[in-house]
Amino acid sequence: MLYYIGAISLILIGLYAVLVKKNLLKIVIGLAIVDSGLNLLFIAIGYVKNATAPIFSSESLTADKMVDPVPQSLVLTAIVIGLAVTAVALGLVIRLYDHHKTLDINKIRQLKW
Amino acid sequence: MRKAVAILLLGIFGYYFASIFLSLPFGEKREGVGKHYLENTISETGSVNTVTSIVVSYRGFDTLGEVTVLFLASTGLGAILFDVRRKKRNEQNASPIVRTTSTVFYPMIILLGAYVFVHGHLTPGGGFQGGAIIATGVLLMFMAYRKFEANHTLLSVIESLAGLTFVTVGLTGLIYGGSFLVNFLPLGTPNDLVSAGVIPIIYIAVGFKVGAELTVVLDDMLKTIR
Repeated sequence: MLYYIGAISLILIGLYAVLVKKNLLKIVIGLAIVDSGLNLLFIAIGYVKNATAPIFSSESLTADKMVDPVPQSLVLTAIVIGLAVTAVALGLVIRLYDHHKTLDINKIRQLKW
Repeated sequence: MRKAVAILLLGIFGYYFASIFLSLPFGEKREGVGKHYLENTISETGSVNTVTSIVVSYRGFDTLGEVTVLFLASTGLGAILFDVRRKKRNEQNASPIVRTTSTVFYPMIILLGAYVFVHGHLTPGGGFQGGAIIATGVLLMFMAYRKFEANHTLLSVIESLAGLTFVTVGLTGLIYGGSFLVNFLPLGTPNDLVSAGVIPIIYIAVGFKVGAELTVVLDDMLKTIR
């Protein structure tokens, strides 16, 4: 239970940064925090009490004492996609800084909401 | 004002989001597709690491798409930063301690990355993780030596060959096994280094591809520092 609450609060903290912060770099960091929160939430869904990692490295390990492997492999995908999103977002921030000489979204007029 | 609106919105969102998850049972065994994977991974794919067998074998087509997304991100980043005025980086190197340590650690980090992706079907790890470790080694060299340059021609050749290997293995499976990315090689003994058919081949290719792509991303970012 506590794992769900922790992961969801991480997602909310990231979304708060995206909504409130004025600095573009902080917004990108907020997106990265949302990403980590979602990954933790997925791993928490797959957790089974008193179970181990889903790797049959010795004979004594059996399938009914292992956590669900599906969320883990989905998170493996999500981490890579999150990295790609962060890299492209940072590239766009570099271009915006180049053009406007500022990272403040209030001074970049086209981005006002 | 804006902060209050944001907190209110997030409070409502968080309440409903959390109430969905708090009604889910936590830490209990679930029947379903995960159970099938756990019980049949050794007999069907020969890989003892169930996560690897799902990523490379059961959901191999998805991984091909994922590798494509990473490729598009690194190409897109290069296109976005293409005509940014490239300023020469600061000429001053890091301190002698950092330089000596990174020269010693650089080959070891590359070796660790190679170990992680070669043993992807036996231990926790795999192509994506190993590639990321290799890229951190290159980042260490970038930070220690200002004149350290990544060879872009070599990197793009490695990247293209690795992607080609993935697709070729998939198409060979289509010819010999009847469907794309099917495991057409003998499965071998579980827990051996050479086992699990095509899974190590695909994961080694993914490792090289991810390492090359992340190095290109780091290089693009570093060259635009002003």
